Amino acid sequence: MMPVATTFFFYFLSIIAVVSAIVVITRKSPVHSALALITTLLSLAGLYLMLYAPFVAAVQIVLYAGGIMVLFLFVIMLVNLEKAQLEERFNKQWQVALIAVLTLGALLIFIFEKGRSVFPQTVTNFPENTNTQVIGLLLYRDYLMPFELASLLLLVAIVGAVVMAKKRV
Amino acid sequence: MPMNAGTFILVAVVKIVIAVFVLLTACAYTVWLERKVVGHIQNRWGPTRVGPFGLLQPLADGLKFILKEDLTPPYVNRTIYILAPMLALTMALTSIALIPVGPVIHAFGISTPIQITGVVNSATGRGADINIGLLIILGITSLGVYGIALAGWSSNSKYSLLGALRASAQMVSYEIALGLSLVGVLILSGTFSLHAIVEMQQGTWFGFIPKWNIFRGQIFAFFIYLMAAFAETNRVPFDLPEAESELVAGYHTEYSAMKFAMFFVAEYANMITVACLASILFLGGWSGPVFGPAILQALLPVFWFALRIVFFMFVYIWVRGTLPRFRYDQLMGFGWKFLFPLALANILITALVVAWRA
Repeated sequence: MMPVATTFFFYFLSIIAVVSAIVVITRKSPVHSALALITTLLSLAGLYLMLYAPFVAAVQIVLYAGGIMVLFLFVIMLVNLEKAQLEERFNKQWQVALIAVLTLGALLIFIFEKGRSVFPQTVTNFPENTNTQVIGLLLYRDYLMPFELASLLLLVAIVGAVVMAKKRV
Repeated sequence: MPMNAGTFILVAVVKIVIAVFVLLTACAYTVWLERKVVGHIQNRWGPTRVGPFGLLQPLADGLKFILKEDLTPPYVNRTIYILAPMLALTMALTSIALIPVGPVIHAFGISTPIQITGVVNSATGRGADINIGLLIILGITSLGVYGIALAGWSSNSKYSLLGALRASAQMVSYEIALGLSLVGVLILSGTFSLHAIVEMQQGTWFGFIPKWNIFRGQIFAFFIYLMAAFAETNRVPFDLPEAESELVAGYHTEYSAMKFAMFFVAEYANMITVACLASILFLGGWSGPVFGPAILQALLPVFWFALRIVFFMFVYIWVRGTLPRFRYDQLMGFGWKFLFPLALANILITALVVAWRA
């Protein structure tokens, strides 16, 4: 079988992801921004597929594009958009932004230059038909404790959100 | 025998054309069936004028959709207003690509499974598909809600907006019960591949009870799935997003002509997709008696599969003709307080049984 994950698809998906990410922050209408964010998430799912991680790709679509973004859109639909569009969209905080961008850029350049010696060279390549099983075993056997702690944390967050949203308990 | 790239693309294109044609025809005739059956339930005849038994009615409907004036109200958000029906229809038609409707067929020296994204496993000669197929279908159907939500928002009308809000809340809620009801089947079969799930359900016990998942203790999961699927496709008794007594027509109030038809076709295509999934996961897919000459042997599984789909379509229409609509709080309570815990209990019990057997 010919490899499908060619360089062309990598650049194709990356360009879509980056361009729509820029659209997210530049568009005035929040709905347009949300749509662009969905496009970014979907092209990221495509990139996960290229890394031979079909389960992560599918979960990316089901959870982020299909679940969380629907709720985003749900909230945006309830907002008074005419009023929201009049508000200032960019806060002029150049110093803080510059520091943040420079730190992130330095970090990325450092990883690009030194990463080869820090991260493992070999790509662990699980065959496509056992990929999901491997993830399941890792989550529920090897990393069971962190997994359960994370779900407890999420549960606490949900309870907190409900308590705060409820008018009188 | 591996095929070269040209043949592969040709076979894929032929399969896509056939699948789209069959799916759209099936949608049209589901509408005919619905009008006929609901008519008889309500002691009327349904369509009788166009063709024998009104069989050409879908054709007349299609013609009418094309010839009607395509209004775009001046107050809509134009780009998204046009984009929304396309999104809904695209997602509805895409998900059918991952559904296998039959085993491997051999024709003109080519062997291929009856499924757009399927290939033949060269080692076993059986059909194989992407191992994550089921999750991808869930993902694509969950993207279908954008068509409805954006249609309601961009129409800039309060009925549409209310319909869209209801639709997104309802679909996100019932997606959970839908997804969890499938986990029991997945635990039993140990794979996401729809081909493999069907292959595991071939054969019978004692010669007459088929080894379908519904008879392996997944009967509760089947009913959870069925009810969640009704809600996902916005059908009665869960058709709150288009409740005509309170919201005019819900999210597609401002749509006319072909744009409205796209929502209509998307809804029926979604119904067919969830029916396909239900028969694959719970009712043994295309399993059934196969006999006779080679051509009949190739086509009979597809016939058995189609028979299950027709059965599900009939159930959809039957329920529509029988039940009143839920109230909105009842809808949410039913989904979260009844289906969700039931689905969780089903997973727990199935997992315990599987672990005990192993």
